[in-house]
Amino acid sequence: MGIEVIFKGKNLIRLLEGLGIAMKISMISVAISIVLGIILGMLMTMKKPAVNAVLRAYLEIVRIMPQMVLLFIVFFGITKMTGINLSAETASLIVFSFWGTAEMADLVRGSLISIPAIQYESSMALGLSGFQTYVYVIIPQIIRRLIPLSINLITRMIKTTSLIMMIGIVEVLKVGQQIIEANRKTSPKAAFGVFAVIFLLYYLVCGPISALSKMLEKRWEN
Amino acid sequence: MDLEVIRSYIPLFAKAFFLTLRIGWIGIALAILIGMLSAFVLYFRIPMLSGFIKFYIELFRNTPLLIQLFFIYFGLPAIGLSISAEVCGAVALGLLGGSYMAESFRSGLEAVPYIQTESAMALGMSKGRLFISVILPQAISISVPAIVANIIFLLKETSVFSAISLMDLMFTAKDLIGLYYDTTESLFLLVIFYVIMLLPVSFAGSFLEKKMRYSMFGD
Amino acid sequence: MEEILKIEGLSKSFDDLTVLEDINLTVAKGEVVVIVGPSGCGKSTLLRCINGLESIEEGKVLLDGETVNPTTGNIRKLRERIGMVFQSYDLFPHMTILDNIMLAPLKVQKRDKAEVKKEAEELLARVGLSSKKDNYPRQLSGGQKQRVAIVRALIMNPEVLLFDEVTAALDPEMVREVLDVILDLASQDRTMIIVTHEMAFAKAIADRVVLLDAGTIVEQSDPISFFESPKTERAKKFLSTFEYSKQ
Repeated sequence: MGIEVIFKGKNLIRLLEGLGIAMKISMISVAISIVLGIILGMLMTMKKPAVNAVLRAYLEIVRIMPQMVLLFIVFFGITKMTGINLSAETASLIVFSFWGTAEMADLVRGSLISIPAIQYESSMALGLSGFQTYVYVIIPQIIRRLIPLSINLITRMIKTTSLIMMIGIVEVLKVGQQIIEANRKTSPKAAFGVFAVIFLLYYLVCGPISALSKMLEKRWEN
Repeated sequence: MDLEVIRSYIPLFAKAFFLTLRIGWIGIALAILIGMLSAFVLYFRIPMLSGFIKFYIELFRNTPLLIQLFFIYFGLPAIGLSISAEVCGAVALGLLGGSYMAESFRSGLEAVPYIQTESAMALGMSKGRLFISVILPQAISISVPAIVANIIFLLKETSVFSAISLMDLMFTAKDLIGLYYDTTESLFLLVIFYVIMLLPVSFAGSFLEKKMRYSMFGD
Repeated sequence: MEEILKIEGLSKSFDDLTVLEDINLTVAKGEVVVIVGPSGCGKSTLLRCINGLESIEEGKVLLDGETVNPTTGNIRKLRERIGMVFQSYDLFPHMTILDNIMLAPLKVQKRDKAEVKKEAEELLARVGLSSKKDNYPRQLSGGQKQRVAIVRALIMNPEVLLFDEVTAALDPEMVREVLDVILDLASQDRTMIIVTHEMAFAKAIADRVVLLDAGTIVEQSDPISFFESPKTERAKKFLSTFEYSKQ
């Protein structure tokens, strides 16, 4: 079935290294997205019309533009328009952070507005200061809502970074293609085995993360 | 930006647009069908099948469309199962989308309060009648926002079809950039055509969501 | 009698809608005042003004001579002295019952933890919920949650306790257990202002009943006169909505 190719030489290690590159780009993008997303999400609840209009436009762009298109715009477009030569890695970090920040901001905004007014009022009625209300009552509740959703964002980010092969980064799919190419003569069925293994690898990475997100969501639902 | 270039590229992009749209919507129709059937299996807890469907949903929700496409388009022929790029695109999109749609329909079904079943039974309805005329319509309307979000997601995902050499919008843009280096014009048209494809769905989604909320809560 | 709370000429409106108009009310120490009235008459807004949860445009609320004003710095000090229990859902869902109760005494009053814990446990025992102290709010019934909310307000040792329709969201069989707790408090000479729709309870607990309608005080008197010989037409009409007869 072509799976034997995987265990030839360093092929499995090469595949895993390829996956590592996709993971590295996802993790950096997620980290940037979470920080910027929290800031933007908070800005969105402040009811400043001008800020809101800009942020809504930003969210709508991200909502309807495929990440692939964004990747092309940044990777090819920016180079052409400004003459700055972005590396494929930099371009993908920019695009995935741009996308992830919008997603995260929307999650933060949703969590913030989902806290009922009575939670603020009963804290005030107990004499808690605004600062104490946030620290002890509001933020812990928001974090409980956000952590599962942010973990979910990680899996989506990992899945989306599979696109980076399209702008020439050698990640797991590209390594897979190279392995298939190199073994075309000896293992004609390699395409099946290699892609099945990559399929499984993605599942083994994202499956447990999704499961963790679901578990936390269940545990913390009120 | 050169308007002349843009004008000369429009037919190429339009052709690619209709190809993307066709495969995209066939895939979405397939996704809705697979999703609904899967949701029924889960809702009625059909033995054996439930386990299989759960595994399918897990597998396809946790892997990128790109690998799904590669597996179907390059992997399966290696063991003798060849399909055309177009069919592969629609099938892969249908399988990916089905796993998302299944979750949306299932939570819609589960969100219909049990009292609805009971009151329909109290009216003497048969189980089948009850499911079709009481539970299902409510479940579908509850699922609408999630379904629209899925459709937008799937239409965006069509952008990876170029990886299996389908002459879609991405492919056309990439091709023209590579051949003539008209990067700005190609990217501009790429964006415009994706806006044409997705903006109406996005608006329809917001509209439906508001309308639904009105019919459910009168607010 | 020593007065603890004084409301002078209080008016309140939201946009064009006048919710309270020229309310004057004095509450003595240890007195239980029950406020009744039709939905939307301004009862809840009145309680919220007393606690400084609503801004006050006209008139004054004085606690022991000090003005309650949400925009000034002393509002937190005043709120510590006024306890409030809401209709529902006001427990903090991410904290255990004990943590819910101990939060304010520890963080606001900065009291000693061991002492607060001891008092919290005593109060929980008093409302029959000792076994629930390590549970989360979602694991409790509505009636149990409201009893916890009362304890949470009580532990601050407030001078005035406000109850805003605390049984309105409860199943009928749970109303009793909550009202019993409040009756128990009345027997300890606590000063309380209670907004409720439970007329039998109002009659039993009140030192004074106040009927609020369309934002004004229509009638106030002791419970026996109020329920048995209401003076105004409005009060008679209001009370008749609680009576049933076969036509």
